[in-house]
Amino acid sequence: MSGSEPIPTIGMEVHLHLATRTKMFCPCEVRYDAPPNTRVCPVCLGMPGVLPVMNERAVELAVRMALGLNCDIPDFAKWDRKHYYYPDLPKNYQISEYDEPLGLGGHLDVERDGETFRARITRVHLEEDAGKLVHAEDGSNVSEVDLNRTGTPLLEIVSEPDIHSAAQARAYGEALRQLAVYLGVGQCNMQLGQMRFEPNISLRIGEGTGGSPRYTPITEIKNLNSFRSLERACDFEIARHRDELAADPEGYTLQRLGKSTRGWNDDRGTSFLQRSKEEAHDYRYFPEPDLVPVHPHEVLQDGSSLVDRVKEDMPESLEEKRQRYIDMGLSREQADIFIQEEDLGNCYVNLLNCLDTLGATLTWSDDGRDAEVARNWIEQDVRRALNERGVRVSGLEHFSEERLAELIVLVDEGTISREVGSRVFDLMLESGQSAAEIVEAENLAQTSDAGQLEAVVDEVIAENPDAARQFADGVDKAVGRLIGMAKKKTGGKANPKVVREILIKKLRGG
Amino acid sequence: MSILDRTACDLRDALRRGEVSAAEATEACLAAVERLEPAVHAFASVGADAARARAAGVDRRRDAGEDVGLLAGLPVAVKDNMATADGLPTACGSRILRDWHAPYNAHVVERLLEEGAVILGKTNMDEFAMGSSTEHSCFGPTHNPWDTDRVPGGSSGGSAAAVAARMVPLALGSDTGGSIRQPASLCSVVGLKPTYGRVSRYGLVAFASSLDQIGPIARTVGDAALLLQAVAGHDPRDSTSVPETDAPVPDYLAALEEPVEPLRIGVPKEFFGEGLRPEVERVVRDAIATCEGLGAEIVEVDLPHATDYAIATYYLVAPSEASSNLARYDGVHYGHRAAEAADMIDMMMRSRSEGFGDEVKRRIMLGTFALSSGYYDAYYKKALKVRRLVRQDFDAAFERCDCIMGPASPTAAFRLGERLDDPLAMYLSDLFTVGASMAAIAGVSIPAGFTDDGLPVGLQILSGVFTEDRLLRIARMVERETHLTDRRPPVCEEPA
Repeated sequence: MSGSEPIPTIGMEVHLHLATRTKMFCPCEVRYDAPPNTRVCPVCLGMPGVLPVMNERAVELAVRMALGLNCDIPDFAKWDRKHYYYPDLPKNYQISEYDEPLGLGGHLDVERDGETFRARITRVHLEEDAGKLVHAEDGSNVSEVDLNRTGTPLLEIVSEPDIHSAAQARAYGEALRQLAVYLGVGQCNMQLGQMRFEPNISLRIGEGTGGSPRYTPITEIKNLNSFRSLERACDFEIARHRDELAADPEGYTLQRLGKSTRGWNDDRGTSFLQRSKEEAHDYRYFPEPDLVPVHPHEVLQDGSSLVDRVKEDMPESLEEKRQRYIDMGLSREQADIFIQEEDLGNCYVNLLNCLDTLGATLTWSDDGRDAEVARNWIEQDVRRALNERGVRVSGLEHFSEERLAELIVLVDEGTISREVGSRVFDLMLESGQSAAEIVEAENLAQTSDAGQLEAVVDEVIAENPDAARQFADGVDKAVGRLIGMAKKKTGGKANPKVVREILIKKLRGG
Repeated sequence: MSILDRTACDLRDALRRGEVSAAEATEACLAAVERLEPAVHAFASVGADAARARAAGVDRRRDAGEDVGLLAGLPVAVKDNMATADGLPTACGSRILRDWHAPYNAHVVERLLEEGAVILGKTNMDEFAMGSSTEHSCFGPTHNPWDTDRVPGGSSGGSAAAVAARMVPLALGSDTGGSIRQPASLCSVVGLKPTYGRVSRYGLVAFASSLDQIGPIARTVGDAALLLQAVAGHDPRDSTSVPETDAPVPDYLAALEEPVEPLRIGVPKEFFGEGLRPEVERVVRDAIATCEGLGAEIVEVDLPHATDYAIATYYLVAPSEASSNLARYDGVHYGHRAAEAADMIDMMMRSRSEGFGDEVKRRIMLGTFALSSGYYDAYYKKALKVRRLVRQDFDAAFERCDCIMGPASPTAAFRLGERLDDPLAMYLSDLFTVGASMAAIAGVSIPAGFTDDGLPVGLQILSGVFTEDRLLRIARMVERETHLTDRRPPVCEEPA
């Protein structure tokens, strides 16, 4: 064993609910807010004699996610039964894809703190979710079964052990969620249990005999349902492995102890043993005889295959889209916000185009400032208007990017201030008038008349002798306050640039 | 002619002409059930009131001139492994489902109801269709109407016995490794196992999903054709049911009387080897000779994998699938639950231990073992490979002949209890039927004659996938020559 520091090595299993209207193998509606056992039928209840029928939409979404993860889609995928006894699994087997899944061998590039790492994707497969056991809280040893969730289409994404810290594990989970939401594959609402993490954690402890790497035993943490618990559980487990290794440097190895399964107590912040290697289940997988295999590349009567259809419907890749936003002058974080809130993102792109059309006269159109100005209007004014009305961009009355661009030009030209611009924006949405009409009608144009403003500045200086003195002492902040006061006196119409010039001249001169 | 002696097709004509009402037909059958059940015990449950109500409804609708369907007014019995939501339990001969009432109708039950059939009751069966004698039932054994000391075969023994004893003209059975054909043979009735995928399995309580198939049991080939007509066809709820575009359902009755000419009959030596009783062989060979007399050409064919290998692999495939299909019976959501248990797992174990009979447990253990990690490749996977060889045997044979003939069962009906303690002997009852099951092809057993002791012997006829129409025509050719359909079993002759 070399003396180097052990390296955390984490492979992730992530489960997410697909955004289908109905369940994986029956016509029951997928619902999260229904009373217990009301979204069930003989099929998902596993009644004697029932048969599953594959939900094609779920298969399309699974292929979509697999393609988004750069996986190969095989010619043949099949269903298998995975057996274990549990009251929330009515058939006592789960229909899953064991050895011939829908997606193989992809990757996901994950950015964290300005650095990108690549997690290889082993496989993507589709299965059905189990129901829920609700344990009574009165200590009565009673558990109730809710089978509404039973049969919900569940996508499992398995990564190679390419993750080397708890923070990376979290970043991987977040990146996967972003991709799934972007592709419309799943909503990934963590509170609803639509996304769950199972990290497989081990420490690489250098070379063993023969040069192959040695590892601490793999522990799989089951069913983590928040990014926070994912990160905490990984941190805890990595530390636990270090302690175990320190206590028994030769014995605490994968070779000797194999793989175990642990649960996570989020309140205590500790993991606990669920199943050791000896207690591992034999799932007795075998091909599901009630379903036929899937041939994703098989050309159907309409001349296209399932994969063709999914590819045709794929948006540009998440990386491309993000880069496109970044090229338009946005930060990575802002790009991701606009990717997540697609209608604001589209609004931003349209607004830039409209400004471009009017661009010849823009004074700040260099240095990417137009991007920042446009972003600012969307993040502040458009978002506020949407929130107030509870609508999406398409439902925002009297709004168009073109009209907003006209307003922005008025601000840029100094006709109105930025603050007044926000007021004009609101009036635009209320009245349907153009920005110019509103400025005219409401007499909101900025005052840049030096003679008129000089009187105002004199007034302000007279009323704030302290600020004037501070400026003389070199406190720049004071100018801002004085400008603000001047604007107030003019009902926001004073052109701050002109006021500033006059102020500086007067205070210096004085 | 009495209602009970009429074939389903005759009775159907009489109903249409108004000579007999559905109510009369139903009452006649219910009376026969009452008279014969003590000796035969073909039924697990009888729904007399529901049957009367349905019959009255059919009569009313027919009087009103409404379209009443293909089977309007015909009493039909349904094997107890097909889901019925009409008040009768669907118990599958098992204690674990003894009081289970399905909340839905099987596809075939829907079809029967749509076609105006009067479902009289549910027929007895080996527990979960595992067995060849209808002795493995929580309701007790069914007796063979030809000799009530003997078994009717199984697992659809209740359906075969009910039809043979003329309690009902038509019944549905299910065949996994021979469970329609073997009891048909032992009870001197017609039992047809359609091609896998011809009839929807939706609502058939699964034994071995890749083999199970529902089919008709009747006294004549024409009656079997009639019942098959009603239940065959695509069902989107069964992914293994064949789409209409791939294999449309023909009119089975239309060409039934047209002989298949020229007819080449394949006779495999594997069907006449060890284990076949001489008296059974004699009857079967006579039947084949009769066909030859009609001008058929006899072709020797080889089916090297269709008997010994097929039965060995069948007893890996079927129990493996059964161990999985029967995992759901755990006392949690429905069915028998043990009265006392220490905890959840203990409750599941006790419920299963109490609820399943020995034969079912035996097969669950076999299947669980065969699917276990490290054994799967050696057993289940290899069995699937052999299964392909069996299919290839038949494909090759059918290039040289139109059908294959042989015995359906190596022996005539054996005595009750005779094989209960010898599972392997019981398993060999399926020796000649499992091949067609593994190959997923169509097969029928029709009455061929009797042993010197007066026990029925069936002739098994097999044909390629989705050729039920031709298979029925060939069966009808034989039936016309053998004149066996009017022969009544002794139990019917006994004084009331």
